[in-house]
Amino acid sequence: MAPFEPAALPELLPVFYRRLFPHGPYGRWLGYGGVVKNYFQLREFSFTLRDDVYVRFQSFSSPQELERELQKINPYKIDIGAVYSHRPNQHNTVHLGAFQPQEKELVFDIDMTDYDDVRTCCSSADICSKCWTLMTIAVRVIDRALTEDLGMRHRLWVYSGRRGVHCWVCDDAVRKWSPALRAATVEYLTLVKGGADTVKKVNLSYPVHPFIRRSVAVVEKYFEEYALVGQDILGSPESWDKVLALVPEEHREALQGEFPRRKDSVQRWEVLRGRMERTRGRGAAPCYADWEIMLQFCFPRLDINVSKGVGHLLKSPFSVHPKTGRISVPLDLQTLDQFDPFAVPTITSLCHELDTAGSDGEQEDVGEMEPKRRARDYKRTSLAPYVRVFEQFVEGMESARRGERLRRSDIQGDF
Amino acid sequence: MEFSSRARQKHLRLAGDRRELYPHSLQFYLEPPTESISLVEFESFAIDRLKLLKVVENLGVSYVRSTDSYKTKLENELRKLKFPYRALAEDDYEARRKDHISHFILRLAYCQSEDLRRWFLQQEMDLFRYRFSQLTDGLMQKFLEHVNLSFEAVSEDLKTELANELCASTPGLSLPKVKEQMFYKVGLADAVDLFRTRRVFVKDGFAYVPFKEIDAIVLNNYRTKLSKALALTARSLPSIQSDERLQPLLNHLSHSYIGPDYSVQKNTGKISLEQIDSLSVKSFPLCMRQLHKALRDSHHLRHGGRMQYGLFLKGIGLTLEQALEFWKKEFIRGKVDADKFDKGYAYSIRHSYGKEGKRTDYTPYSCMKIIMSNPPSQGDYHGCPFRHSDPELLKQKLQSYKIPPSGITQILELVKGMHYQLACQKYFELTHEVDDIGFSLNHPNQYFTESQRLLSGGREPKKELSTSGNSQQKNNNQESVNLNSTPTSSDTTADTELEGLEAYFTED
Repeated sequence: MAPFEPAALPELLPVFYRRLFPHGPYGRWLGYGGVVKNYFQLREFSFTLRDDVYVRFQSFSSPQELERELQKINPYKIDIGAVYSHRPNQHNTVHLGAFQPQEKELVFDIDMTDYDDVRTCCSSADICSKCWTLMTIAVRVIDRALTEDLGMRHRLWVYSGRRGVHCWVCDDAVRKWSPALRAATVEYLTLVKGGADTVKKVNLSYPVHPFIRRSVAVVEKYFEEYALVGQDILGSPESWDKVLALVPEEHREALQGEFPRRKDSVQRWEVLRGRMERTRGRGAAPCYADWEIMLQFCFPRLDINVSKGVGHLLKSPFSVHPKTGRISVPLDLQTLDQFDPFAVPTITSLCHELDTAGSDGEQEDVGEMEPKRRARDYKRTSLAPYVRVFEQFVEGMESARRGERLRRSDIQGDF
Repeated sequence: MEFSSRARQKHLRLAGDRRELYPHSLQFYLEPPTESISLVEFESFAIDRLKLLKVVENLGVSYVRSTDSYKTKLENELRKLKFPYRALAEDDYEARRKDHISHFILRLAYCQSEDLRRWFLQQEMDLFRYRFSQLTDGLMQKFLEHVNLSFEAVSEDLKTELANELCASTPGLSLPKVKEQMFYKVGLADAVDLFRTRRVFVKDGFAYVPFKEIDAIVLNNYRTKLSKALALTARSLPSIQSDERLQPLLNHLSHSYIGPDYSVQKNTGKISLEQIDSLSVKSFPLCMRQLHKALRDSHHLRHGGRMQYGLFLKGIGLTLEQALEFWKKEFIRGKVDADKFDKGYAYSIRHSYGKEGKRTDYTPYSCMKIIMSNPPSQGDYHGCPFRHSDPELLKQKLQSYKIPPSGITQILELVKGMHYQLACQKYFELTHEVDDIGFSLNHPNQYFTESQRLLSGGREPKKELSTSGNSQQKNNNQESVNLNSTPTSSDTTADTELEGLEAYFTED
């Protein structure tokens, strides 16, 4: 695969928006079935253009117009904002204070840099296959909570293109949630607290809320492979000292004594875990240090500012990452554990695939080429499976809407 | 539906059955009152509710809200001011009407700024919380139905199935308690605080709230509604402010001191100048003690200090002659000579007694006025020490007055919370060695009068709240606290009081 060169973007983006970007399902998604009048027209988009020129409050009268504009402007990056009270592209004509964001999907942004305090393999914008597991764990933990606890049905998880993941919750009711409720959700989902100054960032006490218990169960599935084998957090006295700093004093000495006598992290962890479990069995003074350690090393860190504001803009699915060239592709939860961020197609590789795939090449024979064939070009590339995931997501919402309509008409008795 | 119930209500009113208007003693104040009301009633209702809310504030800081002392005191206040309280839960139309109308009037006064709104919202919520907690289970159910907050109850089967989860999620609820208590399925938006802090079981987008936490839900609901209503009211205020009858009262309500103004001196001439030094230590509020000391130390006070302290002295009974003598003696010790005093300062003293110029008999400043206007600058000693002094300096001063450290901590806490008058009340309690000041402090002269009364044995220090609030009225009617060792010809209500007081002062 040819490496991605940011300088090539001006050449590649037109191809991308003509032949690869899935305009069809994208428009169906944001139209939300046309149930609410003008929903699409009131949506804000923002574009980042060449030379870091940034334009906000773009809006379009239809998905078709959006498609045409994308193909004309060829933005480096697309952000999606809120559905407003008035058409965003006319916001200057509106009386000050009257132009307000009304609805938006509930979004989450999980970024690998927020785990720098517990990663040894990489830091800041770097990721590797070892630490990517943290994202897998994050998606599993949060998604479980969103479905089981919060009853949310339509969630789209997306790879951000470099070092994290985003989640878009699109349920009708949730799109109307107030900033307070969104912030409350993030608080409910937060267990790791404290900055550089805090050594122990997770503190649990009896009784432990079911949310915590269930999250620990998810983390547990990945902990041995990720933390004990991969990160080897108990591999040496320096590293296990850091872990033991999270354990209450009364247990630390015993563990300090026991650890050197074991041969690896896995065995040492067993000692620690066993000891903690025994305190819980006795019931006298239950200690949750093993859970606290697992959570501190693995539990997701959410950015409350991204989720709280109704007007907050977030990178669109299928947008290109300007630094890595990777496409922000939806994640298939069925195969999440096998997801490899380094295998995600870049715009360069996709265009290359188009070249080799067929006779169409890069000629812009507008007259000759059939729109249908052009629109489905992505199917000939490695983007196809990701678009399939996206289509399934959109179809899921459409079938839910049909079901709701049927239910309502049954109640009302019209046929 | 609303339409027909209002029509029905109107019909009932005409028919004489007023109880239907207020089916519950508690309400969310969703509908404004629509009857006609006299200005007198308008004003008195508003003032009574304001008194009530100030007591609510006071009690909220001095007591933990769930304790019996809090509840009893608040109930007494409600009863005294003729607002609905527990015992009259079934049939108190007049009280409910007053409650309804006074709430809406105060909305007009308190919607005008962020600070006022916050204060009003806080006290109204505390009041609501108390009244809600006093409802019987039956009445609570009825009220919840009435305001459309009747959440779906969780079936026994489901509860058994979820028993362990409910127990683990809900703090303070053991397994047996979970079994006996009712749980409700509440939407997350209605239970934001419990959801946010993970103090309830959450499943499928619903919070499973135990009966005992329902008040938090209801309160949240009430706060949201009232907050919105206040914002809306503020927007429509301009039209109300244009009504000349209401404008002065509404301003007055949100800024003023409500109570006697100590301008009519019934006790003039009862104090001798020799007593002032000891009185300043025993019975002056901190602001006046500070001013007096500054005057003695520097033999001078600047204008702000002269006004605040001078009017206070007038309020405690200093005659014009005494005042002139007092100030002159002190100023002469400083840099002012007798002539200069007579020409300048004497005039202004006479002026403040209403003997010059406009002949307005100036009234001594209330706490509100001292706290909120004319802040002191370098070289000034007026103002409210709790408001205007640097906390460190305040602490040192209190230490030098031998206030116990725990008391100082309490005072500083109150100061941090901006409860300046409550801090002064605490100062009163500590210097007079009583548990409970027994009244709501609003005026330095009130502090003085109450202090004198306490020290003369005219009041039992640990009495119940029956003296609070009433003390302001009592002050007006109270005849005299005779402080002079030579009896004057004023009428005295209690000779025993008099004797005790004389003995007290002759000891000095």
